[in-house]
Amino acid sequence: MATTTTTVPSAGPVAASRSFLSRLREGDEIARMITFLFAASVVLVTVLLVFELWQGSVLSRHKFGFNFFRTSVWDPIFEQFGALPFIYGTLVTATVSLLIAVPLGIGAAIFLAELAPERVSDTLEFFIDLLAAVPSVIYGVLGVFIVVPLMRQYIQPALRHSFGFLPLFQGPDYGVGFLTAGIVLAIMVIPYIISVSREVLLSVPRDQREAALSLGATRWESTWKVVVPFARAGIFGSVFLALARALGETMAVTMVIGNTPVISASLFSPGYSIAAVIANEFTEATGDLHTQSLIELGLVLFILTFILNGVARLLIVATSKRGSGMGNV
Amino acid sequence: MKRIAGMLLVVLAVAGVLWADSALSITGAGATFPYPMYSKWFDEYHKKNANLEINYQSIGSGGGIKQVTEGTVDFGATDGPMNDDQLKAYQDKHGFGILHFPTVLGADVPAYNIPGVTAELNFTQDAIAGIFLGKITKWNDPAISGPNKGVNLPANDIVVVHRSEGSGTTYIWTDYLSKVSEEWKTKVGKGASVNWPVGLGAKGNESVAGTIKNTPNSFGYVELIYAIQNNVPYGRVKNSSGAFVKANLASVTAAAAGAAKNMPDDFRVSITDAPGKTAYPISSFTWLLVPAKFSDATKRDAIKGFVKWMLADGQNYTEALSYAKLPKEVVAKELKALNNVQ
Amino acid sequence: MLTMTGVCALVAVSVLFLILGYLAVHGGASINWNFFTKLPVPVGETGGGLANAILGSAKMLLLASIFGVPIGFFGAIYLAEFSGGTTAFVVRYAADLLNGVPSIVIGIFAYSLVVHPFKQYSTLAGAFALGLMMIPITLRSTEEFLRAVPNPLREAAMALGASRWKTIASVIVPAAYRGILTAVLLAFARVAGETAPLLFTALGNQFWSPGWTHPTASLPVMIYTYALAPYDDWHRQAWAAGLVLLGLILVINIVARAILSRGIAVPRS
Repeated sequence: MATTTTTVPSAGPVAASRSFLSRLREGDEIARMITFLFAASVVLVTVLLVFELWQGSVLSRHKFGFNFFRTSVWDPIFEQFGALPFIYGTLVTATVSLLIAVPLGIGAAIFLAELAPERVSDTLEFFIDLLAAVPSVIYGVLGVFIVVPLMRQYIQPALRHSFGFLPLFQGPDYGVGFLTAGIVLAIMVIPYIISVSREVLLSVPRDQREAALSLGATRWESTWKVVVPFARAGIFGSVFLALARALGETMAVTMVIGNTPVISASLFSPGYSIAAVIANEFTEATGDLHTQSLIELGLVLFILTFILNGVARLLIVATSKRGSGMGNV
Repeated sequence: MKRIAGMLLVVLAVAGVLWADSALSITGAGATFPYPMYSKWFDEYHKKNANLEINYQSIGSGGGIKQVTEGTVDFGATDGPMNDDQLKAYQDKHGFGILHFPTVLGADVPAYNIPGVTAELNFTQDAIAGIFLGKITKWNDPAISGPNKGVNLPANDIVVVHRSEGSGTTYIWTDYLSKVSEEWKTKVGKGASVNWPVGLGAKGNESVAGTIKNTPNSFGYVELIYAIQNNVPYGRVKNSSGAFVKANLASVTAAAAGAAKNMPDDFRVSITDAPGKTAYPISSFTWLLVPAKFSDATKRDAIKGFVKWMLADGQNYTEALSYAKLPKEVVAKELKALNNVQ
Repeated sequence: MLTMTGVCALVAVSVLFLILGYLAVHGGASINWNFFTKLPVPVGETGGGLANAILGSAKMLLLASIFGVPIGFFGAIYLAEFSGGTTAFVVRYAADLLNGVPSIVIGIFAYSLVVHPFKQYSTLAGAFALGLMMIPITLRSTEEFLRAVPNPLREAAMALGASRWKTIASVIVPAAYRGILTAVLLAFARVAGETAPLLFTALGNQFWSPGWTHPTASLPVMIYTYALAPYDDWHRQAWAAGLVLLGLILVINIVARAILSRGIAVPRS
């Protein structure tokens, strides 16, 4: 480590110390300005991104207005672009994924935070964090080669056999479709739910648990009826985070959703998501209206994830503040 | 430690900068239809010209047209010729035109994966149109089983597979369907990217072939070589003379016979549903899209050199990959048209 | 009820081993010398490798780090050491916004900013998109670790007469360096596997990509292309590439966490 050369200002002439100080300040000023430029560039690039999305979709915004969100026809030949099938697909797959991931994820988080011994909890959390690092394309490959055949050969027929009276489980067994995409997405977002919920649960102060136990509650009752409700906001936050991730997922989804812009009540039906259609059509959208419609879809996705991430952060911060403000952590 | 890392970084950066264009690198993008042929050609051509790398990316004909118009690639490739609007857009954007150069002849084949059926099926025009319109939904529909007496077709739902992106292969298929089905023509139309009534979307010929191979009861269209290379069964199609013809070198060449004699100057021609008893009805040329003017003379000469090679030695590689050679008259005409590239 | 939660945890963890196991079983055999040194061969032929994709990914990641890490790092210094309340809020907000942008939208942005104006798909454009994604991760994590350096350290340095920037350079950053290194490694591992932004920026290349201004192949894109194709040889290469990529990412993650856990008492975020 470098040693600082210091000149202790002598009690001598004020002029000498002032020039030393001003030199100091200059060095600091430069450092401050340089680092400010870097920080400002982050803001600049973000603003530029939003601007590009807005500008890049001007044609389609003016032509379709709000009808963009109500029409379901996507026809490049007749230049009719409606976002409804993609919004539908994005929302349906995200919902299915949450329906699967949230119970599993919260269950696992409860186990890790409340029930497992510390070493076991840390080890398992280590593996869960690694799971979060697996790239989307690899989930996609696994989806194509493992999940899709499983769906087509076993799971879809079984669901149809038991629940085929519901419109949710009708239609041919493609193997790809909303349900498959939802399942793959669920696997991808579980690590986020688990790690955030676990931290949130761990930050619930001990006296909450101890109070419940001293009142005669069982371990499970203390966990489920006291700790979890206390951390409820943070857990919701983790769900929103997971949702934001699920909405923006591109590669894994486009490999298993079937890439067909339809709106169907059946989960077995192939569909399309916003991210998937952008990935497939952007490099070859001939005609400005087509390109700009795709950019408008990107803008919609951006706004959706932006709102969700914001809400998630608020909820998580609220829980940890609540926890830390009320006693020892 | 930091010093070592810093020096390593500098060395790498300098190496990266210095190791720049030792080879001339040209980028093209477009059709997946001829991709097996082009990947072979560019590989062979690179072996003969070590200083030239022609990087071809198969992103679909729609992508080829778009990117060459944007100017982000040096040349494009498509199996659906650019229409007048697209040509005008190119001209307006660049101030000069773009030229089509046919490279090979290929065919869209109806590929299928029906559990238990290994026979070659016969498809009528109505059967294909009906399946893709969503009106014929089961494999044992009379429209399909009629011409296939003796084949035990199951009562399973047909899983239609088509392209998810802008594709020349789609253009060829829908061009054919628009000619043989009035309903298709009015309801869907022809184009690289259409509003499909039914079916799953897959990206590229590669992915359609893969999907058909993995999905029982599926039915889709791919370029001939993709079906052959991947052992995906494909059927015969009824042509305008009433014969059920299988796609092969002879039948595709027969389809181009008429066009060869009457090739327009810009080489944009459709040979689907061509007349002739032995003609395969879903055949097509495929084109390279070459700008009429290059600001970089080395690039221009490199591309012209390749096209000349392609029209001569290159044609000897086509049949191994089941693409038919260009008719002699077309080759002669193209060599002349090459002079228009400046 | 309690055992159910344990089962949930086990199911979640077992997915990781399932993924690794599947890739190892199917792709392990294809990781040979060819894979690392040969270029792809024409469609339908066998014996090619993904050497150009490995190098392409390496080049883009290097450039992305050179672009993204300094911005995140120096920006974090500004936030932790120099800035006032409002500026800090705005910068953090922008960083969080950027972090939440779906990678496909980053791809659109990089296309309009770098590919379209220069009429060229390039390694540079791909690196730009990846670098953008590294910025917020590096920025937020570095800021947290800088902030976590105890104040007495700062005060001691200042009391000895060191200027602000000297304090930062010689005392604070070295104190937080483990956390910062971890943040950089994690950001690197995150973008190493990104595919979507590369589709519109780096395109692809069956040859070596000369320099920085030409399209290039990359591991994630090749995995995507090969996995969806019908050729068995391509499948094997896709699994091998997946194993290599995932292995690299996991190793970086493990190393990063090891660095952090061995560090001084800087609390985990």
